[in-house]
Amino acid sequence: MSNATTSIITVSNLVKQFGRFAALRGVTAEFDAGTFHAILGDNGAGKTTLLRTLAGLAGPTRGDVSIFGKTPKEACRDIGYMAHPSLLYDEMSGMENLRYFARLYGIKGDERCAEVIRVVGLDPDLARAVGQYSQGMRQRMSLARAILHDPRVLLLDEPFSNVDVHSAREMVALLRGMRDAGKTIFVVTHQALLLDGVADEFVWMEAGQIVDRTASVERLALEGAL
Amino acid sequence: MNSVWSLTMATLAKDIRLEWRSKDALNSMLFFSLLVVVIFVFSFDPLAEESRHIVGGLVWVAFLFAAVVALNQTWARELRNQVLDAYRVSPAPANALFLAKSLGNFIFVSVLEALMAPLFVVFYNLHVLGPAWQLVPIALLGTWALVVNGTFFAAMSLRTRNREIMLPLLLFPISIPAVIAMVAGTTAVLTGEDSAHFYIVLLLTYDVVFTTASLGLFGTVLHAE
Repeated sequence: MSNATTSIITVSNLVKQFGRFAALRGVTAEFDAGTFHAILGDNGAGKTTLLRTLAGLAGPTRGDVSIFGKTPKEACRDIGYMAHPSLLYDEMSGMENLRYFARLYGIKGDERCAEVIRVVGLDPDLARAVGQYSQGMRQRMSLARAILHDPRVLLLDEPFSNVDVHSAREMVALLRGMRDAGKTIFVVTHQALLLDGVADEFVWMEAGQIVDRTASVERLALEGAL
Repeated sequence: MNSVWSLTMATLAKDIRLEWRSKDALNSMLFFSLLVVVIFVFSFDPLAEESRHIVGGLVWVAFLFAAVVALNQTWARELRNQVLDAYRVSPAPANALFLAKSLGNFIFVSVLEALMAPLFVVFYNLHVLGPAWQLVPIALLGTWALVVNGTFFAAMSLRTRNREIMLPLLLFPISIPAVIAMVAGTTAVLTGEDSAHFYIVLLLTYDVVFTTASLGLFGTVLHAE
């Protein structure tokens, strides 16, 4: 899958330590543009730390991360990050939240905010505060915040957790559309089967290392990883 | 610069909206300050001449402790749902966030002072013997000294386990020069025995030094893990 001409993300010998605990132990990988990667692994395998390092929220203890030839912080306009928590203010409506976050990226006016809210299947005129949303609506709004500035790389940490199957499938279809439009997508999830036939690659992590990369979720299942 | 200012205003407007809806900080500050006023009214005779010498300290101690409540709240709402991470992954400058938080806290504490000042005057039977206008720069510069340091140290203690305890431990010692200037300046104006000019200049110098230092260091604090 890796190809020197199309690799946009390069991770070299990435080590991330929290005190004496090494969350990432020498991760090396390349990821191509316009591809969909499902990052799988048991709890504590280093999935979220890898995503946070790619997002620039956690600096590497050793090693390098390059996104479009830049550091994650330099490439922040090209990165959309959705964490496990919503990263939204509970006391404000979805539109108010997005209006504020749009300003952080220099986006003015409400058009783009309304557009991404519609893209994720919500109503931009919904006046209810985000704190009163259902978990599924909150996850969608969180995704809307992540794609607000039209990033080329999407980093999504457990976007389907606590979401019903129907909503999760809708989100997967949405992500497939984004991948088809050329976005590079990383999804950390425990629900690998949802991404069967959608993800281009399943990346299996164990003890802070990538131990397997395969296009077939069945192979991971046969090996007992799932 | 325009971008920093525009982002500062956007963040400030968002914080005021959040405070208006929750009233978390203002309610706690008001309750605490009222408690101080009432307790001290019963602890000494507010009509005695000595009260004029004591009230300057009393007022600022009440506002200092009340401000800590607001300072903790301002960052606590950024920690809920880890919203601060959304700012950290954006290209928005750290200084805009710091300025907005400082201005927001300045407004909240100033509102508290405006509401509490008449109560102090009534309960402690205060008559200003010196030039009353000097209380305005003392209040403005003193409040800014409290909130600019408080905002910085509250951000610094964000990721510590006991941040409510850490903030006063960090803030109070470093605020001593400013608090002394505020108390001595206020007492000088209330009693009319001394000039408050020196204390106003001291507060101004303190504000310039600590605002500059906080602006210079806040980026490191924001992106620290």
